[in-house]
Amino acid sequence: MKFAFPLVLFVVLVGFLGMGLWLDPHLVPSPLIDRPAPEFTLARLDEPGRTFSPKEMQGKVWLLNTWASWCVSCRQEHPLLVALSQAGVVPIFGLNYKDNRGNALDWLNEMGNPYVVNVQDTDGRVGIDYGVYGVPETYLIDKAGVIRYKQIGPVTLEALEKTILPLIRSLSR
Amino acid sequence: MTSVLLMLAILASPPYHPDLDERVMELAKQLRCLVCQNETLADSHAELAADLRQQIREQMKDGRTDMEITAFLTNRYGDFVLYRPPVNPRTYALWFGPFVLLAGGSIALLRFLKRWPGLMKCRPLSKDERRRATALLQFGRSPNTEVYREQFAEMESDYRTGFVDLEQFERDREELERRLLEDCRPTFRCRRGR
Repeated sequence: MKFAFPLVLFVVLVGFLGMGLWLDPHLVPSPLIDRPAPEFTLARLDEPGRTFSPKEMQGKVWLLNTWASWCVSCRQEHPLLVALSQAGVVPIFGLNYKDNRGNALDWLNEMGNPYVVNVQDTDGRVGIDYGVYGVPETYLIDKAGVIRYKQIGPVTLEALEKTILPLIRSLSR
Repeated sequence: MTSVLLMLAILASPPYHPDLDERVMELAKQLRCLVCQNETLADSHAELAADLRQQIREQMKDGRTDMEITAFLTNRYGDFVLYRPPVNPRTYALWFGPFVLLAGGSIALLRFLKRWPGLMKCRPLSKDERRRATALLQFGRSPNTEVYREQFAEMESDYRTGFVDLEQFERDREELERRLLEDCRPTFRCRRGR
């Protein structure tokens, strides 16, 4: 009984430290969640003469996927994005981050193109506005143009099934 | 001719602002690189760090203050970019937790120390025990009791000559009796308690 209090204190401390062990320091929570998606107007990858801007997607739920042909994990998530676009659940837009246009187009030819539109963020400025610190990163944007979810790192089947798809369903209603 | 060329060369060279560079680095030292998380923006060789340093540089050129630039970065990357996290309800535990723990520990230590003499004090001897001690002192035949007897005689004379007062004498006497009892009866222990 005498040691009950220190014991409780000890268990609580161990609990906190244990929780810390399972946290991934590379998952930095984004302050942009529940905030309007930053506006931009960038040249399209396929037709650089035309531009795309997020306001064109007002009233729709959509995904913005940052990727690059030099990015290895992008290769890993790509088949999933292709399958997602074929299923027609949600339109996927691409932010081609600090890439070379030719390489990016080759990459899409080789791997398949799941994107409705791709834009070129050659100097990475829009990436900075979106708080991108490691491609791939994927943003789920709702009808009002508000970012509702950010996937840091490749989109996985688990993230898709447990978080992204249910969120898309509830946001599309 | 050469001087004109030299002038042109100087004008054409990229602008060099030692003050600006210093200011950029000064601010970049307080910010965390998100790619190599244990490096500052100033130290990191990551491409993103270079881009962000460039952003800071441009914004400084545009006359923005350090605070505005820091806000620009935290709006995009969160408080995580700050090596010195802001004081707000979410970080109270971080900023003040150690002091709370220190205060709690100090209070616990003080309370323990206050009780310390009590923990060391013995319960007073019972009437019975005192009677037995007096008997041992008077009639005990072992060499040990002899020693105690001599000590007691000395205490008595100290008291009689006024060297110690009655209170001190009584305290010393009880202590002596206690030692005597512990000595002569191994089962007798000064029971220390609260």
